[in-house]
Amino acid sequence: MPGVTHVQSTLNGEVINFLCEPRQSLLEVLRDVLGMTGTKEGCNDGNCGACTIILDGRIVDSCLVLGVEAEGREMMTIEGMASAEGLHPLQQSFLENAALQCGICTPGFLLASKSLLDQEPDADEGRIRHWLAGNLCRCTGYDKIIRAVMQVSTAK
Amino acid sequence: MAKIFIPTMLQSLTAGAKQVDVEARNVRQVIEQLEVLYPGIKDRLVEDGQIRPNLAIAIDGDIAIMGMLEKVGENSEVHFVPAIGGGR
Amino acid sequence: MISNQVLSEVEFNVVGKRPLRPDGVDKVTGRAQYGDDTNLTGTLRAKVLRSPHPHARIKSIDTSKAEAFPGVRAVVTAKDLPFASLSKDELGGEYTALKYASDHMLASDKALFKGHPIAALAAVNAHVAESALALIQVEYEVLKPVVDVREAMKDDAPLIHEDLRTNDMGETGDKPSNIATHMSYSTGDIDKGFAEADLVMENEYTTATVHQGYIEPHNTTAFWNSDGQLNIWTSTQGSFQVRGTVAGVLRIPVSQVKVIPMEIGGGFGGKITAYLDAICAVLSKKTGAPVKALMTRTEVFEASGPAPASWMRVKIGVKNNGKMTAVEAEIAMDAGAYPGSPAMQAIVCAFACYDVENGKVDGYDVVDNKPKTAAYRAPGSPQAAFAVESLIDEICGELKMDPIDFRLLNAAKEGTRRIEGLVARRIGLVECLEAARDHDHYKAKLDEGIGRGVACGYWPNRGFQSSVVMTVNYDGVVSLIMGSVDIGGTRASIAQQAAETLGIAYEDVKPTVVDTDSIGYTFITGGSRTAFATGLAAINAAEDVKSQMVSRAAKIWDTDEDDIEYVAGIVQHKSDEELKFTFKDLARQLATTGGSISGRASVDPTGEGNGYAVHIVDVTVDPDTGKTDVTRFTAVQDAGKAVHPSYVEGQMQGGAVQGIGWALNEEYFFDDSGKMMNPTFLDYRMPTSLDLPMIDTVIVEVANPGHPYGVRGVGEASIVPPMAAIGNAVHAATGHRMRSLPITPGRILEAGWENGRS
Repeated sequence: MPGVTHVQSTLNGEVINFLCEPRQSLLEVLRDVLGMTGTKEGCNDGNCGACTIILDGRIVDSCLVLGVEAEGREMMTIEGMASAEGLHPLQQSFLENAALQCGICTPGFLLASKSLLDQEPDADEGRIRHWLAGNLCRCTGYDKIIRAVMQVSTAK
Repeated sequence: MAKIFIPTMLQSLTAGAKQVDVEARNVRQVIEQLEVLYPGIKDRLVEDGQIRPNLAIAIDGDIAIMGMLEKVGENSEVHFVPAIGGGR
Repeated sequence: MISNQVLSEVEFNVVGKRPLRPDGVDKVTGRAQYGDDTNLTGTLRAKVLRSPHPHARIKSIDTSKAEAFPGVRAVVTAKDLPFASLSKDELGGEYTALKYASDHMLASDKALFKGHPIAALAAVNAHVAESALALIQVEYEVLKPVVDVREAMKDDAPLIHEDLRTNDMGETGDKPSNIATHMSYSTGDIDKGFAEADLVMENEYTTATVHQGYIEPHNTTAFWNSDGQLNIWTSTQGSFQVRGTVAGVLRIPVSQVKVIPMEIGGGFGGKITAYLDAICAVLSKKTGAPVKALMTRTEVFEASGPAPASWMRVKIGVKNNGKMTAVEAEIAMDAGAYPGSPAMQAIVCAFACYDVENGKVDGYDVVDNKPKTAAYRAPGSPQAAFAVESLIDEICGELKMDPIDFRLLNAAKEGTRRIEGLVARRIGLVECLEAARDHDHYKAKLDEGIGRGVACGYWPNRGFQSSVVMTVNYDGVVSLIMGSVDIGGTRASIAQQAAETLGIAYEDVKPTVVDTDSIGYTFITGGSRTAFATGLAAINAAEDVKSQMVSRAAKIWDTDEDDIEYVAGIVQHKSDEELKFTFKDLARQLATTGGSISGRASVDPTGEGNGYAVHIVDVTVDPDTGKTDVTRFTAVQDAGKAVHPSYVEGQMQGGAVQGIGWALNEEYFFDDSGKMMNPTFLDYRMPTSLDLPMIDTVIVEVANPGHPYGVRGVGEASIVPPMAAIGNAVHAATGHRMRSLPITPGRILEAGWENGRS
């Protein structure tokens, strides 16, 4: 039986401590150890983007990161996107634009979109399509997702 | 008289007749009447007292939700069509 | 240019508007609880050992080492299912059905596809479970597999089921065969029809096995309590279907099983079959703990239910003026390991877009060594449409006729008798074709190198059983309880229909999806039935509430119910203007005048309105690589009445894009030993946002007379036209006629080499 490792990192602005086995992915740690089930498992091999989180300012598939790699790093998951003041503008835009159907890919799309607009507030349709190509959605055909992100982008 | 449309594959039992008129008030009677006219046809349509699972009965275009108990009108059209589960 | 048009005939107050969905905030904040988010105290994790062979006899299974592995709590095989201890005599007529259902869960004698469950175990965590699986020893006698529908139909093909004989419309074949069912329907006289034609064309078409591709893998948590109650938390399109399957395989009463439908991460027909639930239930019974399972993506590809591959032959005769005189089709589809492909749906749908006097269709349901296929959006119809709509495009080319004009000339309309015999009611195909013809896209000039294609599609839409209960709270807000799971806007569209009927605000209806103990039987969310049938249940339940509100007002005013009317959310005396309650005012009085009011309805409606779609697509094809790019796409569809136009557009766009994937990329590759070679999202290539343009929509509204607001269904017709439309566009761009799906770059290049041009 593999041993466990103590990990300290920051999750949605709070310092957290957890124990995990070296073989556990960050996705598994988030869901099974920390109970943060907003991060979804779609393929567990880095091809669907449902488990996208923001790690030190960059989007990653959390299924491709080990839990122990979170040591000393800052993570943002979907649970950290809204605040007491209300939804993030992207969350509001996804709602208003009917940019989700089943909703399983939505957390990943929201975090990927946030990461893009944080870096490139004026991203246009082409840039958004390119950036979000690592996130699969099977319900919407992407049309309304792209429109929802475009509505928040400052590019007109 | 209700108009019964005979499925293509059963027309060998009806000497080629594609449509027959029978006096019946419900599906059960339709099938009994057909069996009188064309012995053997009932077995091809019914299994364990119910319409065969891959078939559905349509009365005037509506799928009969009550199966053998479904009422048949004076001038109804009755069809035996493939059962479409709908998303199944 | 308007991207999304709605051609409305009738306006309502709530139906037809675009309110926010009630489950929306939970789904954008990560709070919504999907199946795999279930975490009961002490939950064990299950893993399934699956056959590495597509076809093999199971000679022995030794689970002893796995059982002894630290952390493993229980191991099960087919021997743990009731079927193992029941004789053929005891089961009588039930034998075959139970054997298929039970063996599909856990194979007893033969593995029939790669990924077929052989054994399962529950352990303290998923890693331990996975390690222990490797310790289960299975001895197989490997048999020759068959994974091609036409090969499987041959007399000398390996037999999947030694006792399966062809059912020819109630007549059983005289020898074993992989053809489970053959059906044939005809109308008129096709020999005469073809003789009258000026042009007869005939071709063969094939399509590959494809997967629905829902992002959430199958999952379930089962807890079989010591009092006998079995509770199941799962992701499904039909909680009552799961209940029925589990109770059937485990031979227990349905009321002993409660299925709690969690939020569902996509289904498209693929989440109707219950794969893991009975396995986890038996493991739970053995361990006394809740047991949870989650498929890997590879398991989803290899062992859930993809859509069938198909072989089709289509023949069409036309006069020089374009009028169709006769049509004929033979369609064979592989059902996978157990019978039940949608071949018969395919023959019903194949020519449903056309009004033609003489026709004949034959369908073959064929078993082979693939996972048992499941429904996938308009099951059977997309394959049939690929063949028929491609051949029609060829005919239009020969006749030099505009493809929409040709379809308008031959379009099915109210009164058209279809080949299986049924007569079309009010349908909107002509309106869809006209909207497509008049659309900017169709009129737009074609730039150099761009090919344009069009195609039509049909799905009958269904009714089936639905139940709804509504309770009026004392603040005037109505709680709406339903059994239809919400797969993408269901709560919103049902609440809208309830609010419309009650004459109250959408925000004053609170819909909740409940478990199988808390509502009457409700069929799956699928078949494009939910907005129609569960909508009707909600409307009827609302009418029940209205009449009870009138009774209560009569009691309060000490007057006769006949003197009171309910108009647009107001309960009022017909002659005394002073006597008037708003819905909320009256609700406030309920507590002191007899208590709360509940309305209810269980329906099994007929009167569904058939759905039609017409798609226009522009493509470019790279002459060097053969890669096809979709540059513009317009989807036109008759919704009857779009309850929530945004979600109707979403269905149209989603179906169109799944169709684009089916047309260009998606396919199960099998190696020579019958094993799938691409069971990951990397190699099973679904469209990404980068592969697509915006999908423009036109919602046509030709009211369905069978529904008070005219609702048809919209989930399925949208996946039917894209494959043929794209094939036709590729032909327009390259001159190559593609008769096999997917239309990959390699196939386009090969067609170029064969045609002697690049």
